Amino acid sequence: MVQKIRTFVIDNYLFGEEGKLRNDDSFMESGIIDSTGILELVRFLEATFGVKISDEELIPDNLDSIEKIAAFLQRKLPASAAVGGAPSLQPAQR
Amino acid sequence: MCGIAGSIHLRGGSADGELLSRMIGAIRYRGPDDVGIYRHGPVGLAHARLSIIDLAGGHQPMAAANDSLWITFNGEIFNYVELREELIKKGHRFTSHSDTEVLLHLYREEGERCVERLNGQWAFAIWDAPKRKLFLSRDRFGVRPLYYTQTADSFLFASEIKALLACPEVDSALDLTALDQIFTFWVTLPPRTAFRDIRQLPPGHSMVVQDGLVTLLPYWTLDLAPQPAVDSGAEARLAEELLALLQDATRIRLRSDVPVGAYLSGGLDSTVITALVRKNAGERLRTFSVGFEDGEFDESSYQREASSFFGTSHSDIRCRHQDIARVFPDVIWHTEQPVVRTAPAPLYLLSKLVQDSGFKVVLTGEGADEVLGGYDIFKETKIRHFWSRQPESSRRPLLLKRLYPYMDNIQRQSLDYLKHFFRVTERDAENLFFSHLPRWDLTAKSKLFFSETTKAALNSYDGTADLRLQLPKRYSAWEPFSRAEFLEAQYLLPGYILSSQGDRMAMAHAVEGRYPFLDHRVVEFSARLPTSLKMKVLDQKHLLKQAVKGLIPESIRTRHKQPYRAPDGRSFFGQKESYAEDLLTPARIKQDGVFDPRATAALLQKFRSGRDTGVKDNMALIGILSTTVLIDRLVRRRGGPDAPLPYESPALLGS
Repeated sequence: MVQKIRTFVIDNYLFGEEGKLRNDDSFMESGIIDSTGILELVRFLEATFGVKISDEELIPDNLDSIEKIAAFLQRKLPASAAVGGAPSLQPAQR
Repeated sequence: MCGIAGSIHLRGGSADGELLSRMIGAIRYRGPDDVGIYRHGPVGLAHARLSIIDLAGGHQPMAAANDSLWITFNGEIFNYVELREELIKKGHRFTSHSDTEVLLHLYREEGERCVERLNGQWAFAIWDAPKRKLFLSRDRFGVRPLYYTQTADSFLFASEIKALLACPEVDSALDLTALDQIFTFWVTLPPRTAFRDIRQLPPGHSMVVQDGLVTLLPYWTLDLAPQPAVDSGAEARLAEELLALLQDATRIRLRSDVPVGAYLSGGLDSTVITALVRKNAGERLRTFSVGFEDGEFDESSYQREASSFFGTSHSDIRCRHQDIARVFPDVIWHTEQPVVRTAPAPLYLLSKLVQDSGFKVVLTGEGADEVLGGYDIFKETKIRHFWSRQPESSRRPLLLKRLYPYMDNIQRQSLDYLKHFFRVTERDAENLFFSHLPRWDLTAKSKLFFSETTKAALNSYDGTADLRLQLPKRYSAWEPFSRAEFLEAQYLLPGYILSSQGDRMAMAHAVEGRYPFLDHRVVEFSARLPTSLKMKVLDQKHLLKQAVKGLIPESIRTRHKQPYRAPDGRSFFGQKESYAEDLLTPARIKQDGVFDPRATAALLQKFRSGRDTGVKDNMALIGILSTTVLIDRLVRRRGGPDAPLPYESPALLGS
């Protein structure tokens, strides 16, 4: 999962320059992602991992690094499977 | 309306006639009606004419005062009628009815300060033979272009860069610092241009070349000092005053010996101008517009509505994606600088329509957004500033969502992300460039595609440090709104709107644009308005809308502002033939050395795959594509696609 996300981020936002990107690098601090980029990311996650992401979940705590995305998906995936794809109500961890 | 060029030998030699021919020949499309060259000792002046005023008597270069003063002039002096009368009273005698001759006599009367008396759009050079002085000047807002350079023994100037590059001694190397500036601000900071060895005369400046020395003389600046608020009675009077000024600005811009048309975009500004032209001209007016096949950009329903409201004879073109791709290399040959948007391309097609319809002059609405509070970035600034005073407020950012109702990427964002993208923090609010940080940050993302050698050469260059050095002394005391206005009017307007989208696109087809909103009386009046009248709460161009009540269709007066845009990256993909892909091959990108071949290939792949692309992807693609075309056509001097009009010497024309 982490590798898939990583490849997407490198192809779409870094255009192949994976060099220094660490899995816990903040997308906001490093300026990797812009407002359209977040929507691109959401479409990718929905298509690739079969989750449904609501607008309320579009927050940095869920999406601001490769690790955060992976954790977010892990929280979501069983919930999605269990309740038929409904958005997770579990609060994000700080 | 014309193209000018010239040279002055700095070491006692004489002007090179053959070089002057080549220089003016390179921009002959600006003035297909007539051409002239004057040579005298060290000086040579050249002129390509588009005849608009005094068709028979306006040949240039023109002389006065027993041939002691010579001029080559591109542009219009709209108040030449009044100035002429005044000069006649003072004893001046005229042999023509052209504005050019008025300019010569006014210089004779008032010297270098004569430019302060001019209402118009100009770039000219006067050779003052007795003083052995070359005097050059450019209008207040940079409507007309003027570039210059120096070789080992000569000072050269011209309307366009390609005329200077006609001199083999002039180095055509790209300026990487300029590229960095364009990939941040969209423009270069004058006097810098995209070419390392070529400078531009900044708007509002004159210049003297004398005794081997070049001196810059600023004569006008935009002052946006805070103004006290006014009551509603005063507001009504100011609205009347604005309308009266605009009427007069339009009236004198109809002075022409050839028919004048108007652009009609479907927005407020060009509709106001059309209304005023209609009022002044009376007869059936000819209007022109560009529509888009792509509904996201098309405004033709408003264009048709305005046209039928005013009963104009209307022509339009329908721009398709492939049209933008098709003309893009020609467009860049004319912009002479990289661009990050394709928006100039439809305007290139539009000026072709005007030319094919037999028109040489159009009035348009440019300038209103800058001086009367029209741009979304002003509104955005106001909202961000309001929000930054209570960064934790969850209600204030909702105003941003109201600003961009059509943008999904803004509508769906959470508070934290909005705060990040719009840089709403206390520290940012103190920044001198607060208004433009989000735009510049976003544009600067394109620099990711710079090659390692470009990055090394730029050495973490910071354009805002250079910009800070150019700001007026009082700038920091102005309101954030006024600072934003200044940045738009001082930089984006001349550096992109009036050049890449304006002069260069129109003159490519020998069409002259005239801009009533950029009459300096209108601009100076607007500068003295409190910002609350330019944007009342969040109502853009508030005073203008009050002033034109009843003059234009209500649906246009009150419609939501739609910024003029054109389809960007998508224009170049999904077509049968795609020269973009042929042009941006890894081999060429590597050879040019400016961009990184691997990252560029990945960007192309993103577009090719049909995946979503964002604003920054599009700006990067258009930036890389335009830079590559520029390198091909101008840096490597491969030349323009259309063979330039053959140069005919004055002797052949029998003058």
